[in-house]
Amino acid sequence: MDAIQKNLLEQIAGLHEVPAGAYNIRANGASVGRNTTAHIDIVTKEDKQGIDIIIKPGTKRESVHIPVVLSQSGLTEMVYNDFHVGDDCDVTIVAGCGIHNGGDQASKHDGIHSFFIGKNSHVKYVEKHYGSGDGKGERIMNPETVIHLAENSFMEMETVQIKGVDSTKRITTADLADGAKLIVTEKLMTHGSQYAETDFTVDLNGAGSSANIISRAVAKDDSKQLFLAKINGNNKCAGHSECDAIIMDNAKISAIPEITANHLDAELIHEAAIGKIAGEQIIKLMTLGLTEAEAEAQIINGFLK
Amino acid sequence: MLRLQDISFIVESEHSTKKEIIKNINLTIDDHKFVAITGPNGGGKSTLAKLIMGIEKPTSGKIFFNDTDITDMSISERAKLGISFAFQQPVRFKGIKVKDLITLAAGDAISTAGACEYLSKVGLCARDYINRDVDGSLSGGELKRIEIATIIARNTPLSVFDEPEAGIDLWSFNNLIKVFEEFHNQQKSLIIISHQERILNIADEIIIIADGTVRSFGSKSEILPELLNGTGSCKFYQEVQN
Repeated sequence: MDAIQKNLLEQIAGLHEVPAGAYNIRANGASVGRNTTAHIDIVTKEDKQGIDIIIKPGTKRESVHIPVVLSQSGLTEMVYNDFHVGDDCDVTIVAGCGIHNGGDQASKHDGIHSFFIGKNSHVKYVEKHYGSGDGKGERIMNPETVIHLAENSFMEMETVQIKGVDSTKRITTADLADGAKLIVTEKLMTHGSQYAETDFTVDLNGAGSSANIISRAVAKDDSKQLFLAKINGNNKCAGHSECDAIIMDNAKISAIPEITANHLDAELIHEAAIGKIAGEQIIKLMTLGLTEAEAEAQIINGFLK
Repeated sequence: MLRLQDISFIVESEHSTKKEIIKNINLTIDDHKFVAITGPNGGGKSTLAKLIMGIEKPTSGKIFFNDTDITDMSISERAKLGISFAFQQPVRFKGIKVKDLITLAAGDAISTAGACEYLSKVGLCARDYINRDVDGSLSGGELKRIEIATIIARNTPLSVFDEPEAGIDLWSFNNLIKVFEEFHNQQKSLIIISHQERILNIADEIIIIADGTVRSFGSKSEILPELLNGTGSCKFYQEVQN
């Protein structure tokens, strides 16, 4: 891997060298490194681009890293990664995509990640998206996440896109069986003329299932964002979605939360708030000696931390 | 230390009518003095404090800090020169932790032990608070004490407090008095807006601000008896007493 690819890898996965545990590193459309463990297998798909990650039942305290980096301008790819997590597992999965585009042609990575999570399993899924490079070519990422949660399983998903992605459409769908739980935290910042769309659909099918979708977003300059969150309560369940957004400069943000109760005991809440940085927050930090710009940066960093 | 020269502050209301909040105030606050500002609600006390910090700019007049004209300086510049300001209603932040705020106030990285020292002075145990967000999860009293801890951390020659006692319970109130006494013992200048007799009682000087003007200004021994004996200008109260 070259220096640009290594930098992308550090940005999206915090990796300085090959990670411990299972991993598959994909660079410019090809696998450049893979490791499997006694409990976690990674198999290349034969009918299309992508891999199957098979985690044996009872696997505890293990991790899988599957970062993707693109540094070749104009590369377009569509990748399917399927995660088969057995029953009674406790694992961390780190994915993410970094695009460096120094050329004039658009670089695009579309990925569909499907999770089949077994009974009583706990999965922590971390996904970061990052773009760099000063070429005119756009950096485009369209991640799709499909989650199937079996009885009493629990998935925590953290998704972060802070910098450099020109266009993104992020689709997440989930269905939950009895007692299953899903927590999603999304951090999103757009600048320049970027566009980001994020679209969640959660079906709470099982008795006692619950979902919490928390989105924090900052839109700067002329960027635009659209936040959609649909939660369907089809059983006795609890669902909550929250979009909290800061708008700056000429940016535009729309938040469209939707909740549907199809069951008498479904308890669903949505919250959405969009506004500029409160003037009094800037004033308070200025009274501590920060300049206006420093105060603004501190507030945004804290908000997206 | 601080000199206000012919300070006026006029706001324009919706119907273009002008309201003079501060009317041609002249004041000199000497070095190392503890000055309490009191007076009726709506009299201009908080506005005066904001004019000193630069949160509001005077319509006319000049403000000098240690003989430097700070009238046109920004809030940040005044903060760097050595003025601190404790808000009457502390500001809440999503994602900024108590330790972050105290570190920003102290101006350099501080250890947990350092943060602990500042927080313990306002009666909070650092262990329970340093990693909490300065947001709606904290009660009004807790936020107020953290606000005061940030001023202790700043350690500037002049500190301005806008009604520090508001929302503080009795036990913390005793701590608060100790905090102010300590500032005073360290030869720091203090300007405290307060309605509390116990705060007025430890001040060197008391200023009464009413209707945008300085009604009285003198030593505590001159002003406090007048305040405590007087029934003010409330005619109803006077009638009831008679």
